[in-house]
Amino acid sequence: MMDHGSEETGQLADGVRSGDVLRIARALSIVENGHSTASSLMHSLFDPARREITIGVTGPPGAGKSSLTSRLISYWRGLHRRVGVIAVDPSSPFSGGALLGDRVRMQEHASDSGVFIRSMGSRGHLGGLAGSTRDALEILSAASYDPVIVETVGVGQAEVEVASLADITILVLVPGLGDEVQAMKAGIMEIGDVIVLNKADRPGIDQLEASVSASLEMMPAEAVRPPVIRTSAQTGEGIDDLTRLLSSMARDLANTDEVVRRRVSLTLESILRERGRELARRIVHREFHSTEEAVDSIIRGDTTPYEIGELIAGYTGTGERT
Amino acid sequence: MERKIRVLIGKPGLDGHDRGAKYIARALRDAGMEVIYTGIRQTPEAIANAAIQEDVDFVGLSLLSGAHGHLFPQVARLLREKGGDRIVLFGGGVIPEEDIPQLKEAGFRAIFTPGTSAGDVVDFICSEMENPS
Repeated sequence: MMDHGSEETGQLADGVRSGDVLRIARALSIVENGHSTASSLMHSLFDPARREITIGVTGPPGAGKSSLTSRLISYWRGLHRRVGVIAVDPSSPFSGGALLGDRVRMQEHASDSGVFIRSMGSRGHLGGLAGSTRDALEILSAASYDPVIVETVGVGQAEVEVASLADITILVLVPGLGDEVQAMKAGIMEIGDVIVLNKADRPGIDQLEASVSASLEMMPAEAVRPPVIRTSAQTGEGIDDLTRLLSSMARDLANTDEVVRRRVSLTLESILRERGRELARRIVHREFHSTEEAVDSIIRGDTTPYEIGELIAGYTGTGERT
Repeated sequence: MERKIRVLIGKPGLDGHDRGAKYIARALRDAGMEVIYTGIRQTPEAIANAAIQEDVDFVGLSLLSGAHGHLFPQVARLLREKGGDRIVLFGGGVIPEEDIPQLKEAGFRAIFTPGTSAGDVVDFICSEMENPS
């Protein structure tokens, strides 16, 4: 088993659990920067049986995700719950920089010490999130923010990773954003546990609801159809319906074996993906010295990417091949 | 994962002119930094809270209303109180030369007046990162 990290990491974890804002902010930077202590920190904070719920808010750019998130914060603050928010915006592929502006729409909560908002650049990660978003949610949950809301980058047709992170995912759609059916055909409808039709005060809302209903009817008979709710983050219409639904979903989820198993298996899958890739790269480097030399070897006709794949899959760790 | 320089750009006080702030924010992004923009009409408390939660390296304040003598030092004080004393502060806007020494006294490392190029701000941040004071 992993040792529990340095004393410093232990203190940091304790600080996170006690809700120390400076330490929480520091812990978020550690996972975001992939610092060498990130794994031992997460090792001590990981608790899949925790009662804090995470909620993903996703949808196309301009759907009103930030304004809706702001409404949700107000609701839970009204119940005296401390709310965490991770807001992800795209990093520039050219400069690597990012303009993180989601706070502008959450300004009314800026002086509220019961709300912790952290902005993240996607830093080259695809899927509408940053690579460390999962860990960031875990950190804020460990600090007893409940719920923790993650707002994704405005997603296109395939960027649906948030559904594998959050306990409950809200897909936000709006009238008039191009061809509505377009958004649905690639299957992003399936990722929402709740579908919110926002900007319900706008023309086109009926057509949007009709096309959403039509594509939900095309789901397999045994699939669970997500509830569809009309809202206007602007006027507040429908927000009560949404919060009532989310509260009851959260109650049903809290501490069930199902949610614990889901959190564990999704986190393990993510670790296998990330660390498995590192391991595979190390094997390639051991066999070929570098990825470049493996490419040279493939070009010379000595091997193929598929044979290297088999080599990795059959690796025993003793340098022998099975 | 490479560490990114994180900068918060905020506009305290009541003036709603955010062109300068947004111009600087974009320039810093284009220089590879992560820029948290908080929007206009922020209280010093809100700016300091955000800077702590976002764990930024720099806070840049922009103000055109003339209230810098009051609001800038307040942000500096709140940051220190909240444990953000390693955060480097800079400011910009319509700020008379004679007010600059007082702001530097309050903890501002640099004050950029009208006519400053975005490159000057980028250079300032990079040199602070290389030679932390």
